[in-house]
Amino acid sequence: MSANTAAVERYRNSFLKEVEANVEEGDWVKMCMQCGVCSGSCPFGPHWDHPPQELFMMIRAGKREEVLTSSSMWMCTSCYNCIARCPRELPITHIMHGLANYAHRLGIAPKNQPTRKFAKMFWDNLAKKGRVNELKLGVSLYFMNGFVSGIKTALAALPIGIGMYKTKRLNPMEYFGGHGVKDTSGLHAILKKAREIEDAKMKKF
Amino acid sequence: MAKKEYSFYPGCSSQKLASGSNYQTAVDSMCDVLDIQLNSIPDWNCCAASIGYAEGGELPRLALSARNLALSEQANPGQDVVATCAACWLATRETKERLHQNDGLMKETNEALSAAGLNVKADQNVRHMVEVLVEDIGYEEMGKHVTKPLDGIKIAGYVGCQTNRPFGIDGESFENPKYLDKLVETMGAEPVDNYDKKVSCCGGALAFSEPEKSQALIKDIIEAAYDGGADMIVTPCPVCQMNVEIYQDQINSKYKTKFKIPVVYYSTLMSVAYGKSAKEAGLDGLVIKAKQLNDIASK
Repeated sequence: MSANTAAVERYRNSFLKEVEANVEEGDWVKMCMQCGVCSGSCPFGPHWDHPPQELFMMIRAGKREEVLTSSSMWMCTSCYNCIARCPRELPITHIMHGLANYAHRLGIAPKNQPTRKFAKMFWDNLAKKGRVNELKLGVSLYFMNGFVSGIKTALAALPIGIGMYKTKRLNPMEYFGGHGVKDTSGLHAILKKAREIEDAKMKKF
Repeated sequence: MAKKEYSFYPGCSSQKLASGSNYQTAVDSMCDVLDIQLNSIPDWNCCAASIGYAEGGELPRLALSARNLALSEQANPGQDVVATCAACWLATRETKERLHQNDGLMKETNEALSAAGLNVKADQNVRHMVEVLVEDIGYEEMGKHVTKPLDGIKIAGYVGCQTNRPFGIDGESFENPKYLDKLVETMGAEPVDNYDKKVSCCGGALAFSEPEKSQALIKDIIEAAYDGGADMIVTPCPVCQMNVEIYQDQINSKYKTKFKIPVVYYSTLMSVAYGKSAKEAGLDGLVIKAKQLNDIASK
């Protein structure tokens, strides 16, 4: 490192470095030119406390707490409008997923954020047998805010479930088994190893 | 034309009694007519879609798709990998590209796969079924097999998000892709001109976690189809199909609308136009029945 680089290094804020090191595609954040096309293109745009270009500036301004505890990146519907339109070609969708994953992993993402809960359920569901059990996913979704609210939600969704059942697109018996891969132990070993490698790469800040 | 073979990644929703099982039924019928052979990847797993990211980090997600690619390389070498589900296609193609862009990730992914004795090169093309139709078969050939043109039906081509962005189909524009309209036309139906919500988002997986916000988007997608005079909506994506079809009652009670518009797959239209029965076209899998298609199929 040259003397000049070393001098500059002292003035770079550490949250940007943290995001570059630990967040998926985080090294793209500094490329944002603040045009706001991403925010204007987002289908859930009005629901973000801080739209993507704002999050990028907040990262550069070192606002660690505000960014990671925000519900904003959990508003991403993965429509890829922002990626298709970003003039600087930032993989914004992936950065949003990366920020959400990092905040979740650190345990500081908003606790009752519904998409956080659903996204975790989805992963746990698929990781168990290697394929999604749609029935169990639906049931755990309805009951994610407790039993009483679950009964209410489930009853409201009942006509939809009956429609799906009648058209052979929902199988009540899936609750007792359901689809899965044959080599579950191999799949679990792969996921465990991948997680270990990723955890070992994580840098402390 | 000679038989075309592909390494097929069916995906979770395509399975028996799953939410997109009628899509698979119609795809099988369509492929039968077009002499396309789909060789399923043995023991394929879920791709984590675009919603597994909270708990599944980057590498575990890449490893999931890499396992499918590794199994595909073993069983169906030299064939293109083809998916019918938008999310399956996206996750698998993203994995292929990221592994090739980043040697470190390729090495780490293979380290993870080795825990199950697998290894990936990610050297097969990863394609969506509509690419096979448009690029490998072509509109002209697809049109040749039409025995029952879908005369007099007006259809809104709802492309949605992930069968369009970020990879695009056949080099078409992200903002106004035409392939679905051309397919509709090829089957003898009339596409809705200037369907302004054709690439708008239905909320995707967030239709589950943020139902109100998503249903507001779905309402606009359906309204624009009605505005264009559509009898039905066609889509290439199982999530789009489900979201736009099954919440119409809930939207009606919230917004005082009277929506009741069928939402079908491109393969549904093609199967009917190719003379398959209602059952073979998966018409019995529609919650909102497409009467006009049933009538043609029973002729």
